[in-house]
Amino acid sequence: MAKAAAKKSAAAAPSVERRPALIGQELSATGVALAVLPPAERISLRAPDASVAALSKALGVTLPRKPKTSAARAGRTALWLGPDEWLVIDEVGRDPLADCAEVTVLHSAVGISHRNVAISVTGPAAAATINSGCPQDLSLDAFPVGAASRTILGKVEIVLLRTASDAFRVECWRSFSDYVFLFLSEAARDAAA
Amino acid sequence: MLLIRCPYCEEERPELEFRNAGEAHIARSADMAATSDDDFEKFFFIRSNPKGIIYERWRHMHGCARFFNAVRDTVSDRFLMTYKAGEPKPAKLPGASE
Repeated sequence: MAKAAAKKSAAAAPSVERRPALIGQELSATGVALAVLPPAERISLRAPDASVAALSKALGVTLPRKPKTSAARAGRTALWLGPDEWLVIDEVGRDPLADCAEVTVLHSAVGISHRNVAISVTGPAAAATINSGCPQDLSLDAFPVGAASRTILGKVEIVLLRTASDAFRVECWRSFSDYVFLFLSEAARDAAA
Repeated sequence: MLLIRCPYCEEERPELEFRNAGEAHIARSADMAATSDDDFEKFFFIRSNPKGIIYERWRHMHGCARFFNAVRDTVSDRFLMTYKAGEPKPAKLPGASE
Protein backbone atom coordinates (compact mmCIF):
# COMPACT_ATOMS: atom_id res chain seq x y z
CA MET A 1 0.00 0.00 0.00
CA ALA A 2 2.83 2.34 0.85
CA LYS A 3 4.25 1.45 -2.52
CA ALA A 4 1.08 2.45 -4.33
CA ALA A 5 0.95 5.75 -2.48
CA ALA A 6 4.56 6.49 -3.30
CA LYS A 7 3.87 5.74 -6.94
CA LYS A 8 0.96 8.14 -7.01
CA SER A 9 2.85 11.05 -5.45
CA ALA A 10 5.79 10.47 -7.78
CA ALA A 11 3.47 10.80 -10.75
CA ALA A 12 1.94 13.98 -9.34
CA ALA A 13 5.16 15.88 -8.68
CA PRO A 14 8.60 14.59 -9.60
CA SER A 15 10.65 14.54 -6.42
CA VAL A 16 13.92 14.55 -8.31
CA GLU A 17 15.04 17.66 -10.07
CA ARG A 18 15.65 17.03 -13.74
CA ARG A 19 19.10 18.09 -14.91
CA PRO A 20 19.35 17.61 -18.65
CA ALA A 21 22.78 17.09 -20.17
CA LEU A 22 24.36 19.90 -22.21
CA ILE A 23 21.30 22.08 -21.75
CA GLY A 24 21.40 25.34 -23.70
CA GLN A 25 24.60 24.57 -25.57
CA GLU A 26 24.77 26.05 -29.02
CA LEU A 27 27.25 26.57 -31.77
CA SER A 28 26.99 28.39 -35.02
CA ALA A 29 29.43 28.19 -37.86
CA THR A 30 29.17 29.29 -41.47
CA GLY A 31 26.27 27.40 -43.00
CA VAL A 32 25.42 25.26 -40.00
CA ALA A 33 24.10 25.74 -36.48
CA LEU A 34 24.00 23.23 -33.62
CA ALA A 35 21.64 23.47 -30.67
CA VAL A 36 20.80 21.14 -27.85
CA LEU A 37 17.05 20.70 -27.89
CA PRO A 38 14.91 20.93 -24.76
CA PRO A 39 13.99 17.71 -22.92
CA ALA A 40 11.21 15.61 -24.46
CA GLU A 41 9.18 12.57 -23.55
CA ARG A 42 10.34 9.44 -25.34
CA ILE A 43 9.45 5.78 -25.40
CA SER A 44 10.97 2.77 -27.04
CA LEU A 45 8.07 0.77 -28.41
CA ARG A 46 8.12 -2.84 -29.55
CA ALA A 47 4.99 -4.46 -30.91
CA PRO A 48 3.90 -7.19 -33.34
CA ASP A 49 1.92 -6.37 -36.47
CA ALA A 50 -1.40 -7.20 -34.82
CA SER A 51 -0.98 -4.50 -32.15
CA VAL A 52 0.05 -1.63 -34.39
CA ALA A 53 -3.44 -0.34 -35.15
CA ALA A 54 -4.49 -0.17 -31.49
CA LEU A 55 -1.24 1.49 -30.45
CA SER A 56 -1.46 4.03 -33.27
CA LYS A 57 -4.92 4.96 -32.08
CA ALA A 58 -3.84 5.31 -28.46
CA LEU A 59 -0.78 7.38 -29.33
CA GLY A 60 -2.64 9.58 -31.79
CA VAL A 61 0.02 9.08 -34.42
CA THR A 62 0.07 6.33 -37.03
CA LEU A 63 3.10 4.14 -36.46
CA PRO A 64 4.97 4.03 -39.78
CA ARG A 65 5.38 0.60 -41.37
CA LYS A 66 7.86 1.50 -44.08
CA PRO A 67 11.60 1.35 -43.35
CA LYS A 68 13.38 4.66 -42.74
CA THR A 69 10.20 6.69 -42.34
CA SER A 70 8.54 8.64 -39.55
CA ALA A 71 5.13 10.07 -38.84
CA ALA A 72 4.35 13.19 -36.87
CA ARG A 73 1.16 14.62 -35.46
CA ALA A 74 0.55 17.36 -32.89
CA GLY A 75 4.06 17.47 -31.45
CA ARG A 76 4.46 13.71 -31.35
CA THR A 77 6.74 11.86 -33.74
CA ALA A 78 6.98 8.11 -34.30
CA LEU A 79 10.19 6.91 -35.94
CA TRP A 80 10.52 3.50 -37.59
CA LEU A 81 13.62 1.82 -36.18
CA GLY A 82 12.98 -1.81 -37.07
CA PRO A 83 10.17 -4.06 -38.35
CA ASP A 84 8.64 -4.17 -34.86
CA GLU A 85 10.38 -1.27 -33.17
CA TRP A 86 9.63 2.46 -32.94
CA LEU A 87 10.95 5.47 -31.11
CA VAL A 88 8.16 7.81 -30.09
CA ILE A 89 9.15 11.37 -29.18
CA ASP A 90 6.72 13.81 -27.64
CA GLU A 91 7.84 17.43 -27.53
CA VAL A 92 4.74 18.94 -25.94
CA GLY A 93 4.93 17.16 -22.60
CA ARG A 94 2.25 14.48 -23.00
CA ASP A 95 3.80 11.25 -21.81
CA PRO A 96 3.31 8.55 -24.50
CA LEU A 97 3.96 5.92 -21.84
CA ALA A 98 0.67 6.80 -20.18
CA ASP A 99 -1.17 6.46 -23.49
CA CYS A 100 0.36 3.04 -24.10
CA ALA A 101 -0.52 1.88 -20.59
CA GLU A 102 -4.21 1.96 -21.54
CA VAL A 103 -3.66 -0.36 -24.48
CA THR A 104 -4.40 -4.00 -23.71
CA VAL A 105 -2.93 -5.58 -26.83
CA LEU A 106 0.54 -7.13 -26.69
CA HIS A 107 3.32 -4.54 -26.73
CA SER A 108 6.35 -3.37 -24.81
CA ALA A 109 6.77 0.34 -24.09
CA VAL A 110 9.80 1.53 -22.17
CA GLY A 111 10.25 5.13 -21.06
CA ILE A 112 13.58 6.47 -22.26
CA SER A 113 12.94 10.20 -21.89
CA HIS A 114 16.04 10.75 -19.78
CA ARG A 115 18.23 8.34 -21.69
CA ASN A 116 18.39 10.43 -24.84
CA VAL A 117 19.61 13.89 -25.67
CA ALA A 118 18.55 15.57 -28.89
CA ILE A 119 20.74 17.92 -30.89
CA SER A 120 19.48 19.89 -33.84
CA VAL A 121 21.74 20.44 -36.81
CA THR A 122 20.43 23.10 -39.17
CA GLY A 123 21.63 25.07 -42.15
CA PRO A 124 22.73 24.42 -45.72
CA ALA A 125 25.80 22.49 -44.50
CA ALA A 126 23.84 20.31 -42.05
CA ALA A 127 24.07 17.14 -44.16
CA ALA A 128 27.80 17.67 -44.74
CA THR A 129 28.31 18.12 -41.01
CA ILE A 130 26.56 14.86 -40.13
CA ASN A 131 28.18 13.03 -43.01
CA SER A 132 31.58 13.68 -41.49
CA GLY A 133 30.83 10.84 -39.11
CA CYS A 134 27.77 9.14 -40.56
CA PRO A 135 28.23 6.87 -43.58
CA GLN A 136 24.63 7.06 -44.84
CA ASP A 137 23.60 8.82 -48.02
CA LEU A 138 21.93 12.02 -46.79
CA SER A 139 21.00 13.48 -50.17
CA LEU A 140 17.36 14.47 -50.40
CA ASP A 141 16.67 11.59 -52.81
CA ALA A 142 17.92 8.93 -50.43
CA PHE A 143 17.00 10.61 -47.14
CA PRO A 144 13.99 12.88 -47.75
CA VAL A 145 12.31 15.14 -45.20
CA GLY A 146 10.71 12.91 -42.59
CA ALA A 147 13.19 10.09 -43.11
CA ALA A 148 14.46 8.55 -39.89
CA SER A 149 17.03 5.92 -39.20
CA ARG A 150 19.17 4.46 -36.50
CA THR A 151 22.75 4.76 -37.66
CA ILE A 152 26.19 5.69 -36.41
CA LEU A 153 28.06 8.93 -35.95
CA GLY A 154 31.76 8.49 -35.38
CA LYS A 155 31.96 5.84 -32.72
CA VAL A 156 28.45 6.00 -31.31
CA GLU A 157 24.96 4.99 -32.32
CA ILE A 158 22.49 7.77 -33.06
CA VAL A 159 18.95 8.07 -34.33
CA LEU A 160 18.76 10.54 -37.15
CA LEU A 161 15.58 12.34 -38.25
CA ARG A 162 15.38 14.81 -41.09
CA THR A 163 12.94 17.51 -39.99
CA ALA A 164 13.42 19.79 -43.01
CA SER A 165 15.52 19.79 -46.15
CA ASP A 166 18.31 21.50 -44.22
CA ALA A 167 17.55 20.40 -40.65
CA PHE A 168 18.23 17.22 -38.73
CA ARG A 169 17.47 15.98 -35.27
CA VAL A 170 20.23 13.82 -33.81
CA GLU A 171 19.16 11.63 -30.88
CA CYS A 172 21.97 10.10 -28.88
CA TRP A 173 22.39 8.52 -25.49
CA ARG A 174 22.87 10.98 -22.68
CA SER A 175 26.25 9.56 -21.69
CA PHE A 176 27.45 9.93 -25.27
CA SER A 177 26.10 13.45 -25.69
CA ASP A 178 29.39 15.21 -24.87
CA TYR A 179 31.12 13.18 -27.54
CA VAL A 180 28.37 13.75 -30.08
CA PHE A 181 28.20 17.50 -29.50
CA LEU A 182 31.97 17.86 -29.69
CA PHE A 183 32.11 15.68 -32.80
CA LEU A 184 29.41 17.75 -34.49
CA SER A 185 31.11 21.00 -33.42
CA GLU A 186 34.38 19.95 -35.04
CA ALA A 187 32.48 18.73 -38.09
CA ALA A 188 30.60 22.02 -38.34
CA ARG A 189 33.88 23.93 -38.40
CA ASP A 190 35.15 21.62 -41.12
CA ALA A 191 31.95 21.92 -43.13
CA ALA A 192 32.15 25.69 -42.85
CA ALA A 193 35.75 25.82 -44.06
CA MET B 1 33.30 0.85 -47.86
CA LEU B 2 31.05 -2.10 -48.66
CA LEU B 3 27.37 -1.55 -49.14
CA ILE B 4 25.27 -4.38 -47.73
CA ARG B 5 21.62 -4.80 -48.59
CA CYS B 6 19.51 -5.25 -45.47
CA PRO B 7 16.41 -7.32 -46.33
CA TYR B 8 14.44 -5.61 -43.55
CA CYS B 9 15.42 -2.02 -44.38
CA GLU B 10 15.05 -2.94 -48.06
CA GLU B 11 18.07 -0.94 -49.13
CA GLU B 12 21.83 -0.94 -49.25
CA ARG B 13 23.43 0.44 -46.15
CA PRO B 14 27.06 1.09 -45.24
CA GLU B 15 29.12 -1.75 -43.85
CA LEU B 16 29.80 0.13 -40.59
CA GLU B 17 26.20 -0.43 -39.49
CA PHE B 18 26.60 -4.21 -39.63
CA ARG B 19 28.21 -6.98 -37.61
CA ASN B 20 29.06 -10.45 -38.78
CA ALA B 21 27.49 -13.17 -36.65
CA GLY B 22 29.11 -16.36 -37.90
CA GLU B 23 28.03 -19.11 -40.23
CA ALA B 24 24.34 -19.48 -41.06
CA HIS B 25 22.07 -22.53 -41.24
CA ILE B 26 23.58 -24.31 -38.26
CA ALA B 27 20.64 -26.00 -36.60
CA ARG B 28 20.77 -26.46 -32.86
CA SER B 29 19.74 -29.92 -31.75
CA ALA B 30 16.26 -30.07 -30.22
CA ASP B 31 17.56 -32.43 -27.56
CA MET B 32 20.90 -31.01 -26.52
CA ALA B 33 21.34 -33.34 -23.56
CA ALA B 34 21.23 -36.40 -25.81
CA THR B 35 23.85 -35.04 -28.21
CA SER B 36 27.09 -36.97 -28.16
CA ASP B 37 30.33 -35.12 -27.45
CA ASP B 38 31.49 -35.57 -31.03
CA ASP B 39 28.25 -34.22 -32.46
CA PHE B 40 28.33 -31.34 -30.03
CA GLU B 41 31.87 -30.50 -31.05
CA LYS B 42 30.78 -30.47 -34.71
CA PHE B 43 27.80 -28.27 -33.92
CA PHE B 44 29.62 -25.90 -31.60
CA PHE B 45 33.16 -25.53 -32.90
CA ILE B 46 33.55 -26.88 -36.40
CA ARG B 47 32.83 -24.44 -39.22
CA SER B 48 33.15 -24.96 -42.95
CA ASN B 49 35.48 -21.97 -43.54
CA PRO B 50 35.31 -22.31 -47.32
CA LYS B 51 37.34 -20.49 -49.92
CA GLY B 52 34.54 -19.09 -52.06
CA ILE B 53 30.83 -18.97 -51.33
CA ILE B 54 29.85 -18.83 -47.68
CA TYR B 55 26.43 -18.50 -46.03
CA GLU B 56 26.65 -16.20 -43.06
CA ARG B 57 24.49 -14.54 -40.46
CA TRP B 58 24.80 -10.79 -40.30
CA ARG B 59 23.19 -8.30 -38.00
CA HIS B 60 22.14 -4.79 -38.91
CA MET B 61 23.31 -3.75 -35.47
CA HIS B 62 23.20 0.04 -35.88
CA GLY B 63 20.10 0.05 -38.05
CA CYS B 64 17.03 -2.10 -37.66
CA ALA B 65 19.01 -4.42 -35.33
CA ARG B 66 17.69 -7.50 -37.13
CA PHE B 67 19.66 -10.66 -37.93
CA PHE B 68 19.58 -11.83 -41.52
CA ASN B 69 21.51 -14.19 -43.76
CA ALA B 70 23.94 -13.26 -46.49
CA VAL B 71 25.79 -15.11 -49.21
CA ARG B 72 29.32 -13.82 -49.54
CA ASP B 73 32.32 -14.77 -51.62
CA THR B 74 35.28 -15.01 -49.24
CA VAL B 75 37.77 -14.50 -52.07
CA SER B 76 36.38 -11.26 -53.49
CA ASP B 77 34.44 -10.20 -50.36
CA ARG B 78 31.45 -9.61 -52.62
CA PHE B 79 27.94 -10.01 -51.24
CA LEU B 80 25.98 -12.11 -53.73
CA MET B 81 22.64 -11.78 -51.97
CA THR B 82 20.98 -11.32 -48.60
CA TYR B 83 17.74 -12.80 -47.31
CA LYS B 84 15.68 -12.72 -44.14
CA ALA B 85 16.45 -14.93 -41.18
CA GLY B 86 14.41 -18.12 -41.20
CA GLU B 87 14.19 -18.32 -44.96
CA PRO B 88 15.71 -21.43 -46.54
CA LYS B 89 19.09 -21.46 -48.20
CA PRO B 90 18.59 -20.06 -51.72
CA ALA B 91 18.58 -22.81 -54.32
CA LYS B 92 20.09 -20.63 -56.99
CA LEU B 93 22.44 -17.72 -56.53
CA PRO B 94 22.19 -14.59 -58.68
CA GLY B 95 24.81 -14.67 -61.40
CA ALA B 96 25.33 -18.44 -61.09
CA SER B 97 26.28 -20.05 -64.41
CA GLU B 98 23.91 -23.02 -64.39
